[in-house]
Amino acid sequence: MSTVDPKDLAAFAEQADAWFAENVVRDPGFMLPLTFMEVGTDPQFNFLRDWQNKVWEAGYLGAAWPKAYGGGGLPQAFQTAATRAMRKHHGPIMLNAIGLNWAGPLLLEMGTEAQKAAYLKGILSAEDIWCQGFSEPGHGSDLGSAQTRAVRNGDHYVVNGSKIWTTLGRYARYMILLARTDPSTERKYDGLSFFLMPMKAPGIETVPIRKLTGEHGFTQTFFTDARAPAEGLVGPEGGGWKVAMRTLEYERGARGGQAGGYVSVGANAFDVFDLAQRTKRGGRPVLEDPHVADEMVGFLMEIQALTLNGQRTQVPELIADRPQGIPLASKLMGTEMSRRLNDFAVRLTGVRGAYYVDEPEAADNGLWARNYLNSFSATIGGGTSQIQANIVGEHVLGLPKS
Amino acid sequence: MKDLGRIGFSEDQASLLEVATDFCQRRSPVATVRRLMENEAGHDPAVWTELGDLGWLGVAIPEAYGGSGLGLAEVVPLVEQMGRRLMAGPFVSTTLVAQGLIAGGTEDQKREVLPRIAAGEAAALALAELDTDWEADSIACTATRQADGRLTLSGLKVLVTDANAARRILASVRLDGAPALVLLTPEDLPAGALRRETVIDETRRSFALTLDGVVLEADQLLDPGRARAALEHLHLAANLLAAADMVGGTQACIDYTLDYLRTRTQFGKVIGSYQALKHPIVEAYTRYEQARSHLYSAAHCFNEQGTGEIAVRMAKAAADVAYSFAADRSIQFHGGFGFTWDCDAQLYRRRALWHAAQFGDAAFHRKKLARLLF
Repeated sequence: MSTVDPKDLAAFAEQADAWFAENVVRDPGFMLPLTFMEVGTDPQFNFLRDWQNKVWEAGYLGAAWPKAYGGGGLPQAFQTAATRAMRKHHGPIMLNAIGLNWAGPLLLEMGTEAQKAAYLKGILSAEDIWCQGFSEPGHGSDLGSAQTRAVRNGDHYVVNGSKIWTTLGRYARYMILLARTDPSTERKYDGLSFFLMPMKAPGIETVPIRKLTGEHGFTQTFFTDARAPAEGLVGPEGGGWKVAMRTLEYERGARGGQAGGYVSVGANAFDVFDLAQRTKRGGRPVLEDPHVADEMVGFLMEIQALTLNGQRTQVPELIADRPQGIPLASKLMGTEMSRRLNDFAVRLTGVRGAYYVDEPEAADNGLWARNYLNSFSATIGGGTSQIQANIVGEHVLGLPKS
Repeated sequence: MKDLGRIGFSEDQASLLEVATDFCQRRSPVATVRRLMENEAGHDPAVWTELGDLGWLGVAIPEAYGGSGLGLAEVVPLVEQMGRRLMAGPFVSTTLVAQGLIAGGTEDQKREVLPRIAAGEAAALALAELDTDWEADSIACTATRQADGRLTLSGLKVLVTDANAARRILASVRLDGAPALVLLTPEDLPAGALRRETVIDETRRSFALTLDGVVLEADQLLDPGRARAALEHLHLAANLLAAADMVGGTQACIDYTLDYLRTRTQFGKVIGSYQALKHPIVEAYTRYEQARSHLYSAAHCFNEQGTGEIAVRMAKAAADVAYSFAADRSIQFHGGFGFTWDCDAQLYRRRALWHAAQFGDAAFHRKKLARLLF
């Protein structure tokens, strides 16, 4: 990367600011999902796909990815500025999360030239939606025990089995798939391979899963003699575990290189603070209750600490003792905080805490109750909080495996 | 929403952190800490001299008064590393007295005392009283002006830390109904005015100070017009440095516990492999990282009007919760050994309680934050 000319960067940031000010649509006429995991209807999907495409065409997504693959070829600071402008103007989320944040940076790092050329541009433009096939019905957190089989047959593999919690499964054109190519290895991890799997192919069926919120968003994916092209292997056959672990590092934000933007606008403590300030109970502002006020302060301190943690990782001297500590623990801290915060928000609304989405008397149309129920997607998906605690305990604190 | 602060780190902070990390580790191993607990003076005068030689006592004193002209932001890494090694001695007390003089002393007082402090003269702070709260201006002790202009003091100060080593004691009193600060020397005190207290943190030397019968010259009174501001500054400075000591202690306590979890075997397994122990120590660790982020935000923003107070109170509240949890669990996770005097977990737990009792615990600061933020 070339060095950043502050004047160029400032001009770019100004353009981005003006662009988002003009182009963000606040209310498309239906409730927009807060995260890419909550896309449940075709209007939501189509709106967000068009939005991502528009942002990319304007140069504010993938600005730091190489030009050859549809990116802007600029230093990371430019994408950071664009994302900041997007956030400032409350732009909707980027839809193609698994492509933009996980598969994309993974391919940039370890994909073949042909793979980069074939897939990266479609990720940015949202023409090709991506999904992830890691978890299986019988193996959620225990990814290494995946049983979906892939058997080599000439220039392709034949896949049989099932994957679950496939976000955007209905819409996806490609899946990053972890499958077992060798069931006889001594270590279960050594029998796994990592594929770029076309989804619109014979032998693949997606069945919607209804979430605890009542909405649809995930699918279960069934493979019956489906074909995975051999050129879609990432890494060597039998080397899939390492690639999957790398993918999880991208997913958990422990490693950079993502295309930019954000894929969730989950309520933060400041939104809940706003709720608290306008909520009354018995005719009095709810924050006059010292117990409620104390809890609110606790959450503001916690979210501030997470922001400061992020800033501190930029100061090598202040993370010297455990450089990987904050990055590896950030998913655990952030998602657990969010879950508790949304629970607090529901309770803040008092009697209305009994209402749910679409009840006319519900506070903020029932948003908080839905947020709370949805917050478990983050404390469970991508490795449960309990698995995260094991990771931090073992890889940061040096404790033996459980 | 108000500005809650942000991380910044100066080159001076970085180099002081590096030096302090090494120095405190070498000069305050836990065997030394335990030996000094039994010692009447409570600290090693040779180490005190070395601190002076390193220039640490003058870090936050302006150059015009013999210091190096940096700020409390640069003192924070020093105190953090002292807290990490449970180091004993009057460094924080002395630094705070200097801060009180800078914020509220007369020009003559600053010229006389600050260079002496920078050169190694210890000082102590007498703010706390038994039946008041932790508010900066909550004072019952009094000073009364005599006809000749001299001041007669009365009342009882407590938790006057390091009074045994101090050549100056800075005390808060009420004069004509308003908060005031006075600067005493040991020579001003009648025999028996100081009584050593039995305190929970045995690395400390702390005293009750009876002010009854103490008579001071008029020029021992600090600038009355700046007394309230100086007391507020001292309250925040004391909490900032307490948070630094606590964050350092939390790190050490977690490391100490981890050593045990990695080596102790029960039921044929290293106990750190059990999730019942692994997950709570991860919880302690994440709270520690959050507390440390709050600390360095508070250090960086300390001098910013409004933001400084918010960041300091957050830092102290976060440090109290983190240290208390880590040390409480440390005792528990050491099992039977944790119940013994020889296990270091109790040292950390006691120090956390000591800090909670002074200048406000977590609940106090959260209450203050609610008033600042809502």
